[in-house]
Amino acid sequence: MKAKEDLELIKIGKIPKKEELEALLVARHTQRVHDKIKKSIVGIAGLGGLGSNVAISLVRLGIGKLVLIDYDVVEPSNLNRQQYFINHIGMLKTEALKDQLRNINPYVNVETKNIYLEEGDVKNCFKECEIVVEAFDNPISKAMLVNTLLKQCPEKYIVAASGMAGYFSNNSIVTRKITNKFYMVGDGETEAKEGSGLMAPRVAIAANHEANTVLRIILGEKNV
Amino acid sequence: MKLNGKTIDVKQGTTIFNLLESLKLSDDKVVVEVNYEIVSPEQFPNRTLNNADKVEVVSFVGGG
Repeated sequence: MKAKEDLELIKIGKIPKKEELEALLVARHTQRVHDKIKKSIVGIAGLGGLGSNVAISLVRLGIGKLVLIDYDVVEPSNLNRQQYFINHIGMLKTEALKDQLRNINPYVNVETKNIYLEEGDVKNCFKECEIVVEAFDNPISKAMLVNTLLKQCPEKYIVAASGMAGYFSNNSIVTRKITNKFYMVGDGETEAKEGSGLMAPRVAIAANHEANTVLRIILGEKNV
Repeated sequence: MKLNGKTIDVKQGTTIFNLLESLKLSDDKVVVEVNYEIVSPEQFPNRTLNNADKVEVVSFVGGG
């Protein structure tokens, strides 16, 4: 070593203190940005290929609080695109994802609801959330959630997704602003079906379109 | 009438429901905006459209 060089010792698996993680986020993102992200409460409906990826990105950003909703359990067929691991198989997705997220930031505030979300549940489930991410698989559920939020919670932002199957072009996945509060990501066309199933890369591209749209809304960038 | 940015002709008395049928879209997989206002699905059979309207139809496909 030379004089005036810094030496940092990193202990394997040592959990950083809360203040340390926060200081690292501030250093990377700037105080102004971090303060806004830290105050935000975001809901995610569906914790599959889209939702699990969105949740991870938002937690890595330092999001204030997540409200995560799903009724399903982790199955081996999920592993091709959803952010779960072997040790999660058989667990409720809400529990498995919370476990993942605490392994990224042990101090993250995560509320989970293990329910099949119906129209009558929507307003109450997302009452704290400024932004709701639609991350369902079923197109009828997608439309139901967006229509319900637009009607019953007109002050909330909605980021929804449609069309992300197969290995079509990266470049057909876009983010569109439909109304002041409603954003859509995806290619709008490619339905998940036999011969063109969901594959990890495009699903994650769509999920991160959702996550970055959430981030932009938080930081006051309302255009796409 | 403008539909998703394109100009089309609608017959007098065409409802949103009729329009969705002609587009082969399910009324339970769409979000519809007419003149910058979202129209709730229960209004689809009643709300009529005319050639001065600006309509956006967003349809959802499965996958996520």
